[in-house]
Amino acid sequence: MNIAAAVNENFANYSNYLIRSAMFVYALAFLAHLAEWVFGSRSKVAVQSAALAAETREAQEQDGGKAGTVAVKVVQRGGATTTLERPRPRIVPKVVTRASASDRGIADGPGAAGEDEKGDLYGRVAIAFTVLAWLLHFGGVLFRAISVQRPPWGNMYEFSTTFGMVAVGAYLVLLLMKKNVRWIGLFLTTSVLLDLGLATSVLYTSSDQLVPALHSYWLWIHVSCAIISGAIFYLAAVGTMLYLFRDRYETALAANREQNRRWADIMSRLPAAASLDKFAYRMNALVFPLWTFTIIAGAIWAQAAWGRYWGWDPKETWAFITWVAYACYLHARATAGWKGRKAAYLALIAFACFLFNYYGVNIFVTGKHSYAGV
Amino acid sequence: MSITEKSERDAGRSGDAPEELGAAGAQLSTQPVDSLNSVPALGVVGWLRWMWRQLTSMRVALVLLFLLSLAAIPGSLIPQHSDALKVDTFKKHHPGISPLYERLGLFHVYSSPWFAAIYILLFVSLAGCIVPRTWQFVGQLRARPPAAPRHLTRLPAYSTWRTDADPDQVLKAAHKALRGRRFRTSLSAAGDVPGGSVAAEKGYLREAGNLLFHVALFGLLISFAVTSLNKAEGGKLIVEGDGFANNLTQYDDFSPSTLYGADDLKPFGFTLDSFDSKYETSGPDIGSPRVFKANIHYWNGADGKPVKGVIDTNHPLSIGGEKVYLIGHGYAPVVTVKDAQGNVAFQGPVPFLPQDSNITSTGTIKVPDALDKKGKPDQLAFTGYFTPTGDASAGPRSFFPGLDAPLLFLNAYHGDLGIDSGISQNVYQLDTKHMKQIKLETSTPGINAVALKPGEAITLPNGAGSLTFTGVKTWASFQISHQSGNETALISGAAAILGLMGSLFIQRRRIWVRASRGADGTTVVETGGLGRSESVRIADEIGALALQLQPDAPALPDDENDENGENGDGGAEVESTSRTASDTATRTDDEGARA
Ligand code: HEM
Repeated sequence: MNIAAAVNENFANYSNYLIRSAMFVYALAFLAHLAEWVFGSRSKVAVQSAALAAETREAQEQDGGKAGTVAVKVVQRGGATTTLERPRPRIVPKVVTRASASDRGIADGPGAAGEDEKGDLYGRVAIAFTVLAWLLHFGGVLFRAISVQRPPWGNMYEFSTTFGMVAVGAYLVLLLMKKNVRWIGLFLTTSVLLDLGLATSVLYTSSDQLVPALHSYWLWIHVSCAIISGAIFYLAAVGTMLYLFRDRYETALAANREQNRRWADIMSRLPAAASLDKFAYRMNALVFPLWTFTIIAGAIWAQAAWGRYWGWDPKETWAFITWVAYACYLHARATAGWKGRKAAYLALIAFACFLFNYYGVNIFVTGKHSYAGV
Repeated sequence: MSITEKSERDAGRSGDAPEELGAAGAQLSTQPVDSLNSVPALGVVGWLRWMWRQLTSMRVALVLLFLLSLAAIPGSLIPQHSDALKVDTFKKHHPGISPLYERLGLFHVYSSPWFAAIYILLFVSLAGCIVPRTWQFVGQLRARPPAAPRHLTRLPAYSTWRTDADPDQVLKAAHKALRGRRFRTSLSAAGDVPGGSVAAEKGYLREAGNLLFHVALFGLLISFAVTSLNKAEGGKLIVEGDGFANNLTQYDDFSPSTLYGADDLKPFGFTLDSFDSKYETSGPDIGSPRVFKANIHYWNGADGKPVKGVIDTNHPLSIGGEKVYLIGHGYAPVVTVKDAQGNVAFQGPVPFLPQDSNITSTGTIKVPDALDKKGKPDQLAFTGYFTPTGDASAGPRSFFPGLDAPLLFLNAYHGDLGIDSGISQNVYQLDTKHMKQIKLETSTPGINAVALKPGEAITLPNGAGSLTFTGVKTWASFQISHQSGNETALISGAAAILGLMGSLFIQRRRIWVRASRGADGTTVVETGGLGRSESVRIADEIGALALQLQPDAPALPDDENDENGENGDGGAEVESTSRTASDTATRTDDEGARA
């Protein structure tokens, strides 16, 4: 073996260590999130009052009298309060927003930790672990790229590790942007652990180079976009799933129906169904154009490699099906009678199509794309 | 569209606008109203109109989209006619269901009538949708933003305060501020409601983007159609040293289309000088291909000069607008066959077709011109496997795709090849109906195939002839395609993405500002906003505007601690508008993604 190959081998090993360490730390984050939820169940707000309309959590008049500041307050029923502050005279014009037609006036839940301090501490610890794990994860992907001397997206193992990394990365970015997304932590760490577990055990390939058919920069564009789209679609799918649960919970709450206490306790801590739905929609709508671009980039590459931009190869077909399914979802959201739960089911179907394309087609169907090292 | 119908549409389309907003909330989009519940008017025309309305409704578009994705599924699971070999294999394995599949067109889903029916209906629906929407949008562009609704405090977001400033001054400032924020604005004096107002609207690009996207879908469809009417594709397998000229007789297979046939083929050609392939020689990926490269000389036009060129997997060669793609490669054992008379009955390379990634290949050597001992025609055939790196004791299985230890495993036949029957034959397969196998002497009992290394020969028993395996050549297969419509497809694709971004990321919204002299002599400023959907964003915008107006309309302290101040509204406390869960069963917001 020549020296270069030995160096590559070393980097490949580092990469594997890093991925394994990342898994370990993700597991810690997972446990910490679990603790967050468990402690949260002790908190006082465990089961929300059924008094719906009275829920309006009107933000209190903020101290607009702070010298030299005026605050324009955005008061939202049952939702977050935004305050804009500018150096100005003392008076405060308020902005009042009506509850949206879609929102039941139910406030977002307090989060996994409820109002329990210990739970909150564990939640913070979980995020710290997640950050650390993500750095290790990122290092693992980076070293893999160095060891194979190309973008690390050449086979299923590499797709899966990068996929998880982008999903967690997107989550951390949302946290950084101060979005209310901590509720997704437990679900995300669980699925990243599954994803990495599957990648390192079943899908692992120490593949170093690519077959000539894959030598094209369009490939890198196409595949990286596909991975990013998938990761964000995934976050949206988690949001959608939780929306469906939370929506059922809220419906029962509104109808004053008896609910399983445990379940209600968990549900009450999630964001309001309206917020979850909005989150899912934003994520989906955010990447839909990217997914469209992914398909077009794939077509351009197919044109160069195979002499046709579209040939109904199984992978292409499923990309198309996924695309149409998401278009269907976006339409449903604009169609009376299809909003809400029905649209949510469509979103889940669309994501299932994406997953099938990702794993199913590579494994069960043979086509021109079945190089992917399974 | 009649006037009443139009106003029906407008009224029905108010986003999240509370009904009482009337015109102010109308036309925030051009989305068609759902009219599924309406009963068709009597008469044929009534019915036709009704059906057309159904077809162009969002609901039917939704159903058609869903059907389209469903209909695309079987084609990904059942072999399609473009891969004839797989279809044949499938039919052999599933003789029971195949006729039904055949009848349903499941072997060519994407060109089947029912698949076409779905997308044609979808596109008719789309046309029926975008044409009126475009008109409506043009109308909206030419119109001014609608006048302020009577009660700004009923809008999803509002702000109100009292000031000492003069109403006109406030409105002027608001007008300027909104212009600065790049709203389309219109300033109006006092109307039916006391006080003048400013109406402003922004985010038209959302609608424009949405229309562009849907039009681009048409572009894609048209370019698909152009491509499929105009394309031609042919395959050619060439052994090292051989050449190809672009006319029908030279193709192994050729599929023309309606507008492009064999007569349209352009005169060009090329020779395959050599084919380079490299494979990984160690490590876990041993045998994985690393380099495929066809070195060629090509010429364009009947008497063009040969030019050197290279074709590799992702880099087709373009000759006079036609593209030549490298599709595959394999090996062609070179053999010399002598017949019973001692004459050379066949000599040359015979391409064998790869069966696996290590290029274990199968093939047939047909020798139609052989004579038997008596000088009578007795055709010979040899069929079997070629392994670029093989082991005679392991059977016909290759271990590596490179030519490290080539072996040729053959059985021999004699009799009638059936070539003269006039039915075209697969050159890679042997029809043994009229042939008899010749028993060969092999070292392994029970196995009739002989394994040959280069240089070795089979001598047929009873002096019936011989076959010498003299060497191996490489072959490469090419696809020669004529295409058009690619640019249109690309441009449409780009337009679709652009349109989508506009449609999904841009928020269409309206803001109104009203200033009127209150009973106490101070000016009441009201601003309110309405979006395609409500969101905190519009509230932020109102907030920012309120702040921006402070220098021109400084707020006076509130007397009462009343949220609504003096909004002259008779006490509609917006926050207390309680909603029950039942009226939220249908959602109505669709805010743009601004995550
Ligand atoms: C050919 C297949 C079609 C595809 C792939 C498609 C795709 C899309 C997508 C992705 C959006 C999302 C943009 C958004 O949410 O603002 C959208 C919006 C829209 N589509 Fe389509 N569409 C198709 C056909 C149609 C048809 C047939 C109609 C007419 C009935 C239609 C009417 C609309 C309307 C009105 C919107 C805007 C919805 C809104 O106001 O939010 N589309 N379409």
